[in-house]
Amino acid sequence: MKKMKLVMVGNGMAGVRTLEELLKIAPDLYEITVFGAEPHPNYNRILLSPVLAGEQTIDEIILNPLEWYAEHGITLHTGKKVVDIDRVKRIVRAEDGTEAEYDRLLLATGSNPFMLPIPGRELEGVIGYRDIADTHTMIEAATKYKHAVVIGGGLLGLEAANGLMLRGMQVTVVHITPTLMDRQLDGIAGKLLQKSLEQRGIRFLMGASTEALIGGKDGRVMAVKFKDGQEIPADLVVMAAGIRPNTELAEKIGIHCHRGIVVSDTMQTVTDPRVYSVGECAAHRGIAYGLVAPLFEQGKVCATHLAQFGIGRYTGSQVSTKLKVTGIDLFSAGNFQGGEGCEEIVMSDPFGGVYKKLVIKDDQLVGACLYGDTVDGSWYFKMLREGRKIGDIRATLLHGEAGANIGDTGHEGHTKAASMPDDAEVCGCNGVNKGTICKAIKDKGLFTLEEVKKHTKASASCGSCTGLVEQILMFTAGGDYSKAPTKKAMCGCTDASHQEAREAIKAEKLLTIDSVYKRLGWRTPNGCSSCRPAINYYLISSWPKEAKDDPQSRFINERSHANIQKDGTYSVIPRMWAGETTADELRRIADAVDKYKIPTVKVTGGQRIDLLGVKKEDLVNVWKDIGMPSGHAYAKALRTVKTCVGSEWCRFGTQDSTQMGKDLERALWRMYAPHKVKIAVSGCPRNCAEAGIKDVGVIGVDSGWEIYVAGNGGIKTEVAHFFCKLKTAEEVLEYSGAFLQLYREEGWYLERTVHWVGRVGLDYVKKKILDDAAGRQALWERLKFSLEGEADPWFEFDKAAVDTRQFTPVGAL
Amino acid sequence: MSTWKKICFVADIPALGSRRVQRPQGVAVALFRTAEDRVFAVLDRCPHKGGPLSQGIVFGNSVACPLHNWTIGLDDGCAAAPDEGCTPSFACKVEGDEVYLDADELATKALDLLAPTAGPKRHSAA
Repeated sequence: MKKMKLVMVGNGMAGVRTLEELLKIAPDLYEITVFGAEPHPNYNRILLSPVLAGEQTIDEIILNPLEWYAEHGITLHTGKKVVDIDRVKRIVRAEDGTEAEYDRLLLATGSNPFMLPIPGRELEGVIGYRDIADTHTMIEAATKYKHAVVIGGGLLGLEAANGLMLRGMQVTVVHITPTLMDRQLDGIAGKLLQKSLEQRGIRFLMGASTEALIGGKDGRVMAVKFKDGQEIPADLVVMAAGIRPNTELAEKIGIHCHRGIVVSDTMQTVTDPRVYSVGECAAHRGIAYGLVAPLFEQGKVCATHLAQFGIGRYTGSQVSTKLKVTGIDLFSAGNFQGGEGCEEIVMSDPFGGVYKKLVIKDDQLVGACLYGDTVDGSWYFKMLREGRKIGDIRATLLHGEAGANIGDTGHEGHTKAASMPDDAEVCGCNGVNKGTICKAIKDKGLFTLEEVKKHTKASASCGSCTGLVEQILMFTAGGDYSKAPTKKAMCGCTDASHQEAREAIKAEKLLTIDSVYKRLGWRTPNGCSSCRPAINYYLISSWPKEAKDDPQSRFINERSHANIQKDGTYSVIPRMWAGETTADELRRIADAVDKYKIPTVKVTGGQRIDLLGVKKEDLVNVWKDIGMPSGHAYAKALRTVKTCVGSEWCRFGTQDSTQMGKDLERALWRMYAPHKVKIAVSGCPRNCAEAGIKDVGVIGVDSGWEIYVAGNGGIKTEVAHFFCKLKTAEEVLEYSGAFLQLYREEGWYLERTVHWVGRVGLDYVKKKILDDAAGRQALWERLKFSLEGEADPWFEFDKAAVDTRQFTPVGAL
Repeated sequence: MSTWKKICFVADIPALGSRRVQRPQGVAVALFRTAEDRVFAVLDRCPHKGGPLSQGIVFGNSVACPLHNWTIGLDDGCAAAPDEGCTPSFACKVEGDEVYLDADELATKALDLLAPTAGPKRHSAA
């Protein structure tokens, strides 16, 4: 088949990213031609400021060297500006006469700096700040001249001013309003920023309106004149008063433009479906984005359409901002100005140079403006995108993620990536240090958290260092590259989020994995090791007794009903109700250890006994010989119910915690859940069973039982929240069961209760369980219905869908 | 010259699943069956840390290693980028509903590769 022709006009970050995405999914579909007006291959435009400041070189910011284009068979025309396009004959024509035919056209023409329409704008030494040429002009000017004036105190203007100042020029920033970066900062943060930049030697003229640029005899600018008559000397004037989408070409060829090239959710122009547009030139739902994360999202969607999958939709992005001036930390996102119906939480320490403002509306975080301490920027940003209710964490919200969580183990308590030395360990699970991550980001041109995870394994295991990795990414790659869309796709197989999959399964009564994949447009025939177990869980938890459990969609531990070890043997943990055992049980365990030569016997943290190093072939016989129920220590299910001895023996005990634990365990065992579930029952507030760090913790007091929920003893040590106080053991069963059933029905796969409650908010859970008696009873009934007749996988192989063929090899030689 | 030996029926391997073939010497060979009933054979040993690939989740023409979730291609035994490394693959053919492996290859290939070990360090017997 003859390849189709794709021509891209513009050779910048958004466009080339689109090509990269396209080549990933459909490498052979197109013959690709790229026209770029600049003489360079694609480079990281965001890092021009560090180049100007002398912190990086041009070579270091090249993203796709010429070899990349050659390797992928892309015809690249650099230094050739496209001046016309014949949409009928489908031919692109450049200034020098070069032509290219297309079947699909991608306009990625970016934006132009806005040049103020004032006298003198055409003088030598007056430039915008947009590309490598501008950067070179500034670097060169700094070697010959003294006075620089930057018009515009926004992000770009300040970065330019900082760079010129570092290169030895006397810099004045002129800004028309009283506040610097007024689109990103409020008045107070703007003043802090101004003060800090003034200390570095930059001068400011605030609220000043430029009237004209005055030239000297040599035709070069020599001064800037203001409306109030004031004049200041200037050998170089940088206009940084904003950017305008570059729509000149699109308008010329009759493509509808309004504040940019108007595109639909599929990134096609509304005028001509053969013509796509992405990047700063494109206006999507009235917005032309200027930050890289949304543009990459657009590129991804555009690529799926060019590849003829036609599945992606771009629905807009939330954006956040960070200034790339070394030593100055600021972050803003959303509606940070507040206004009608908004509340503000503010912390201001002008001497310490720290200012934090959070804007809240209808119990949700809608904006954040941070200066001086931006560690929690990405955490706030995540909350903003997810629209989580914040009522329950309002008191500690300003203290950030660390304030909301007690522990953060595995990386020496580091929270500030910038101040970490290169050899400091960031990811304690996979032993990845900061230097390794920085090197991978630079060498391999990584942009997103997902890419860093894949290449370095940092934050790929437990995820507790995700925030740190994001920070490293921010200052190494030069922007906030955390995923911008409000929803996160489950995995690379689909655009559907966990929530969407859950809802579709529930609403449309989907009963098989295939029907889910079909309904939600999966790109892969049978998913992957990440999405298939999730979908399988959603099916069986949404439609108990109807959806069929698929063993091949379960992780090996849940398929073989034992825990795989590093040498491929397994561990066996029998259930000991509430941690009590008998001489008989111990004898049977001891005999099995001897008979099957089990190398290690260990007491677990959950008051049970672990037999390690059992061969897979022996599993069935070990289970049979021991004759105790499955402990499900291998499953995303109820694990253990840990108890203290309680009032039966303990001189302090107020309640029979062991019996309560047995009742809970007998009622809830065999319960699969989004993740593992641990319960503990203590007989008095001394809490010897450590109920404060369990998914459900029950503490006996003289007058009854206190229930605590969503605690965690793992990566993020999280003390459980007090939930309610109950009188009877029956109530403890009903409330605990209802809480866990809500989690089973609404939690995302691999989300522990601590993260689920963190996402939906404790108030929501309280409303569903405590305030709604009928709803609570219905939840408890549904859980009992699910668990009724559920098989013990160690004994009822057929009923539990255990494929026993796995325990024997085939074709013995 | 291949000496094909019948190992089992295709139906003995679960779809999107696997079976192990023990060898007199060397690590076992893992037989995989895809959703389209294609059958592949690779050494049951992940190139990363030796995990038993036969215990992984099968999807498309790949398997995810159960130990650290590397994705291994079933046709060539190689890890998906950016991970690097390959496990030896074995000739395998399906005739009718029967699965055959090459007996010579089974007896001689990759005998030097060891299975991973775990557990307490044993004092070497004198």
